[in-house]
Amino acid sequence: MTFMIKVNGNMHNVEVEGDTPLLWVLRDVLGMTGTKFGCGMALCGACTVHVDGAATRSCVTPVDSIGNSEITTIEAIGATALGARVQKAWLDREVVQCGYCQSGQIMSAMAFLAGNPRPTDADIDDAMSGNICRCGTYLRIREAIKQAAESI
Amino acid sequence: MALNHATSRPADPEQAGSVYQLSRRRFLQVAAAAGGGLMLSLRLPCADNAAEAADSSEFVPNAFIRIGGDGRIILTMPYVEMGQGTYTAIPMLIAEELEVGLHQITLEHAPPDERLYANPLLGVQATGNSNAIRAAWQPLRQAGATARLMLVEAAARRWGVDLASCQAQAGEVHHSPTGRRNTYGELAADAARMPVPENVVLKRPGEFRLIGTPAKRLDTPAKVNGTAVYGIDARPPGVRIATLAQSPVFGGRLKSVDDTAAMAVAGVRQIVRLDDAVAVVADHMGAAKKGLAALSIEWDDGPHAALDTDAIMAELERATLRSGAVAQDTGDVTQAMASAASRIEASYQLPFLAHATMEPMNCTVDVRPDGCEIWVGTQALARVQAAAASTAGLPLDKVVVHNHLIGGGFGRRLEADGVARAVQIARQVAGPVKVVWTREEDIQHDMYRPAWFDRISAGLDGKGRPVAWNNRFAGSSVIARWLPPAFNNGLDPDTTEGAIDLAYDLPNVHVEYVRVEPPGIPTAFWRSVGPSHNVFVTESFMDELAAAAGQDPVAYRLALLDRAPRAKAVLALAADKADWGQPLPDRTGRGVSLQSVFATYLAQVAEVEVSKDGEVRVRRVVCAVDCGIVVNPDTVRAQIQSAVIFGITAALHGAITLKDGRVEQANFDTYEMLRMNEAPMIDVHIIQSAEPPGGMGEAGTSAIVPAVTNAIHAATGKRLRRLPVDPAVLKQPA
Repeated sequence: MTFMIKVNGNMHNVEVEGDTPLLWVLRDVLGMTGTKFGCGMALCGACTVHVDGAATRSCVTPVDSIGNSEITTIEAIGATALGARVQKAWLDREVVQCGYCQSGQIMSAMAFLAGNPRPTDADIDDAMSGNICRCGTYLRIREAIKQAAESI
Repeated sequence: MALNHATSRPADPEQAGSVYQLSRRRFLQVAAAAGGGLMLSLRLPCADNAAEAADSSEFVPNAFIRIGGDGRIILTMPYVEMGQGTYTAIPMLIAEELEVGLHQITLEHAPPDERLYANPLLGVQATGNSNAIRAAWQPLRQAGATARLMLVEAAARRWGVDLASCQAQAGEVHHSPTGRRNTYGELAADAARMPVPENVVLKRPGEFRLIGTPAKRLDTPAKVNGTAVYGIDARPPGVRIATLAQSPVFGGRLKSVDDTAAMAVAGVRQIVRLDDAVAVVADHMGAAKKGLAALSIEWDDGPHAALDTDAIMAELERATLRSGAVAQDTGDVTQAMASAASRIEASYQLPFLAHATMEPMNCTVDVRPDGCEIWVGTQALARVQAAAASTAGLPLDKVVVHNHLIGGGFGRRLEADGVARAVQIARQVAGPVKVVWTREEDIQHDMYRPAWFDRISAGLDGKGRPVAWNNRFAGSSVIARWLPPAFNNGLDPDTTEGAIDLAYDLPNVHVEYVRVEPPGIPTAFWRSVGPSHNVFVTESFMDELAAAAGQDPVAYRLALLDRAPRAKAVLALAADKADWGQPLPDRTGRGVSLQSVFATYLAQVAEVEVSKDGEVRVRRVVCAVDCGIVVNPDTVRAQIQSAVIFGITAALHGAITLKDGRVEQANFDTYEMLRMNEAPMIDVHIIQSAEPPGGMGEAGTSAIVPAVTNAIHAATGKRLRRLPVDPAVLKQPA
């Protein structure tokens, strides 16, 4: 089937089955590899994208559920003020190690900050515990989120 | 902040469908920064880089440095970046002596070449065992100093002035008396003709301007905007995606496959049958996974069909009743034990562990009649090339390997099994194919941290001081398979690290290793390698001795460290910073550990809270480290924080078990990772030192595990001798 989806402001026609997870449409069909595969079961958060601004696990989101919603991926968030602030905080706090999970971490953090610009540590833990980092950069992620919040 | 990317493929999704050529002349450029920032050009690793002919204006003093007539300074990295910061710290060593700024250099990954790029501490081209800085410390500073001397000599000759009156600084040579100056690029052609100096004097620690300063990581900007390219992101033109099912029992075979339903899945192109696996090749991973699920597969489970972990552990336990290879024999343990005032013995068990790198195993392969091209992220480039050549039936020089950033190594990517598997599949596929392991396949077909059984005893004198220490342990030797020349007389340096030559003053020590290779489950290096096992045992048992002697665990250890001042200093510092001895609430406790492994001294104090249900929460960890000269202090902190989380994950959650020959865990619901809400505060205190650098990538992992279990003992009185922590035994009686 052909689906028309809007990703980072651009319309794309993709020819896949309706139950194909959005993750593979992004990575393998559209070639946007910034969004990562980690578990395929919404257990790790590496594949997080925004669907109409909401943090969404693309590995369990069928493409036929997207409809007219706007998808935003890690490749495009630097163009928004909040995205740029989050990226800067990530670099200032030297969060990243292997970096593989960080696209998903940043996408979760952005969606969270958009709804809670003054989070407590407990708020951050609640919002971010769905994202696994095997390098254990959690403490720095927490600090970076606070820095980004302070700069809002 | 300026970002400039010229990746090896279009980053712009609009161009994603277009053909791209992976050219060795194109770089992933990460330019972060005007004012004092860093600019890094990361050349994507490419097997044929070395074949690039040097032009006549190029200065190539050694295998690590190339300075072009155009002024470009290219450093070739023999170690791979997997998050540990080596792409920043290794350049710091060269740049320190070469007298260039980090912003002036371009990094290029070394091609597979054991002759030029073998790790001097391992003898093979690999990144592991926390030894990149240790291995590079002398040779790469020397490489930088040699090149600098030749550039300065070229300038002195050009200007007809005394060598001693010229100075190198920030990529230029100056002659202050006359104000003359030339850039390294301007001097490159002349420098290439200078004799290579035989003796170079390296800077003393007090003269460092770069080493010891907190340098920003060079590889990070591309990792926050989606442009960093990992192995799994490789997309050569026309690539198909495959996923696979391997025999669920190790050693089993494929009996039959009905692929009727799978071939009917839209996007599925081909089913590949191997002796012990099936792969589905498709247009995208969604179709490949759907196709795989639609296959009807029958396996012949083979000889390990009934294997379970209890049987393996029972065999290890029995093995510790027979003698093994003697790893350390100091004094006379038998006599000392006989005359001891009291004797204590215990046994410990550690489980198999998976690596669970966030980037699942994957490898992209294009097998053509005349050669084979591989796209992968690996810790062991030459090993991967050799495995691919052997599997494809090609000579080594027909295999081109493009290495990539690594989405988690932890030892998993020191192995070439995934590459060999992908080549087996690719041999049956026309054109390039990317083989991607599902998470389940990644966890159930890992090569695992060995399981261990340890039988340990000690004799104490009348004051409770240990006068005899006797330890015998059984498990797999990874080195015996991975680096056979390093396995001698039943021993290897990794398996025993952390079990022998302890920092403590122990007059009579006897340690034996019994090698037992478990059937039906492959083993491999895992972050903190040998010490991941040994430090848990020795530091748990040291705590048991302190308890038996009725003494404080920190005071007991300190009294045994008069001959180990660096160990004593880290222990005292960690205890002090952790408020050791201050009262804590009920069912809360502090535990300590001390280790001297990877040439680094590390003490940790963990503070844990145990709920009535037996759930353990690690609230705070204090670390004191003496890792010799610190190259990049923020990386030392980051690596300890990372290693501590990795170790707590294992202590609280980590176990791979077999039932009916099959790994029982499959994804992050059954093989759990520590998450942010469980992460403790971690304080790191670094002791200033002028000793040569020690390893930092793994030390924190081995040290935290006994600190946590010792803290659980302090909180509950329960001594845990078997990992992972079992909440059931910690439940408070009603």
